[in-house]
Amino acid sequence: MTNVTIKNLRSASAPLTPKLALRDAEGIAKRNLLRILRTPRQVFGSIIQPCLILLVFRYMVGGAIHIPGVDYVNYLVPAIFLEAVLMGGANTSLALAQDLQMGMIERFRSLPMARSAVLIGRTFADACRNVLALMFVIALGILVGFRFHNSLGACLAGIALIILFGYAFSWFYATIGLAVKDPQTAQTFSLLPMFILFFPSSALVPIPTMPGWLQPFAAHQPVTVTIDALRALFDGGPVFNNLWQAISWCVGIFLVFLVVSLNLYRKATA
Amino acid sequence: MTAAIEVDEVSKRFGATVALDAVSFTVDVGTVLALLGPNGAGKTTLVRVLTTLLVPDSGHARVGGFDVQKDARTIRSMIGLAGQYATVDELLTGRENLELVGLLYHLDKELYRTRAQEALERMSLASAGDQQVKTYSGGMRRRLDLAASLIGQPPVLLLDEPTTGLDPRTRNDLWGFIEELVAEGTTVLLTTQYMEEAEHLANSIVVLDSGRVVAKGTADELKDRLGGNVLEVRVNKRADLDRAASLIANFGNGPSRTNPDLNQVLLPIRDGASVLIAAGRALQDHGVALDDLGIRRPSLDDVFLAITGHTTDTHAVEAGNTEISR
Ligand SMILES: Nc1ncnc2c1ncn2[C@@H]1O[C@H](COP(=O)(O)OP(=O)(O)OP(=O)(O)O)[C@@H](O)[C@H]1O
Ligand SMILES: [Mg+2]
Repeated sequence: MTNVTIKNLRSASAPLTPKLALRDAEGIAKRNLLRILRTPRQVFGSIIQPCLILLVFRYMVGGAIHIPGVDYVNYLVPAIFLEAVLMGGANTSLALAQDLQMGMIERFRSLPMARSAVLIGRTFADACRNVLALMFVIALGILVGFRFHNSLGACLAGIALIILFGYAFSWFYATIGLAVKDPQTAQTFSLLPMFILFFPSSALVPIPTMPGWLQPFAAHQPVTVTIDALRALFDGGPVFNNLWQAISWCVGIFLVFLVVSLNLYRKATA
Repeated sequence: MTAAIEVDEVSKRFGATVALDAVSFTVDVGTVLALLGPNGAGKTTLVRVLTTLLVPDSGHARVGGFDVQKDARTIRSMIGLAGQYATVDELLTGRENLELVGLLYHLDKELYRTRAQEALERMSLASAGDQQVKTYSGGMRRRLDLAASLIGQPPVLLLDEPTTGLDPRTRNDLWGFIEELVAEGTTVLLTTQYMEEAEHLANSIVVLDSGRVVAKGTADELKDRLGGNVLEVRVNKRADLDRAASLIANFGNGPSRTNPDLNQVLLPIRDGASVLIAAGRALQDHGVALDDLGIRRPSLDDVFLAITGHTTDTHAVEAGNTEISR
């Protein structure tokens, strides 16, 4: 019996291959997806929120906004698509802060699993939830008069860009969740992108209508270039300039917050 | 064989708080060590160091010969941890929780399924296995948490206050269960605030107080430090309590303790029967009416009091009423 024990103690762990790491991430993603499915209230929330904004600007505010040569509904709706995944990310920071508070992160950190798996599994599950919410918002957009005018390929590329943008930002939200640690605070902080990036952008009104000091920021920040790229992809028009900027922003945000959040995770404690 | 766990001069502070102060001890393979101490003694901090969750400021800790800082992942693959607060996912079922942990131990799917089923049965959770954990009682959660720590069949098990909050029957079941695991060769480090638990389960005991090891040894060794026995006097009238304490004080080899709720005086003594008789006579001569008079082996409670000057926190209520007279 003692021999068995000694052998057990001496057996070094199998090395962590990329395959095993992927399997860990899959396991965590499945757990998160089950959690999402079992809290339909939250899923409902992340669908209803962009839908309400869409309806408010389409029917209550939109009448006062005139953009020469453009139908406002086609101007507005691509921005709402992006808003859906941008605010959907708030769920990522909330869920991670909850996992920290519940002690789940401690449990995961005491297991021989890959460290990256908790965050990869988290962001993947949230990307799935984003896609689901996005489908509802697209349906509502069409219902209130939005139309895709470009080729199928371009439109699909636009939708892929929205998902990519949401995924990149979910790493930003993961960083917030791990940094503030408290679910309530995480939710508050998750509103920041709305005010810092979404409102001061071309999302709702053209940038030339904003004060001069705000315009340089508004014109070059990631939400504006991504929304402008989306409009071009859905409606037609020159797309290259905005598209490569949008993709660069996404890749940059993804890489920076990937590194930061993995670092925070390594040290994370409740 | 060598030690399964070695703790060597481990220190850890949080700001001004010294949570661990040069703590050293070893746990032999296949034995149980109980880490005994009141709230804030540093028990959880030490468990977190040994489970690679916390890096010590100084000192070394090894599990199975591997260093907690250098070989963290190897250690994680051979330990099972049940933390102080059950960490199970409320929205998953008991089975899903266990299977997830099994997967993260990198077991094959077949294997973690079988083990999850076995663990549910072993912890009497089989019938609730497919219910979401949010419907579980506190005791069921703890058992599930413990089951999760066993999925990897780890040779070293770390249990942080495994029986706190359990009813006596469940606690007994759990003790039996830990004994089974040890019989199979598992090494266990458990923390507890219950003397009884340490006495029942542990081969050796380390007493922590404010981050320092204040005593270590077997239960018997610790009791011997107290130098023998305890004289227990129960007076009939509470008014006689202090007088009784001072009448017998000379027979003791340490300060006596009075416990007004029980009309009780406890006095550590070296000799046995002769002191009993002499003390009984002294009390009788001065007209102190007695309900009970006897000698018993000291409990770990007595030992803890003698070493640290206060009782364990579990007995805080009692301790509040206990005055130490000199
Ligand atoms: N993360 C932390 N940050 C700051 N202080 C901490 C932290 N963890 C523990 N401490 C402090 O370190 C000391 C030891 O705490 P620890 O949790 O190890 O005690 P314990 O023996 O487990 O107590 P209990 O019986 O209450 O669980 C306490 O004073 C506690 O306040
Ligand atoms: Mg503790």
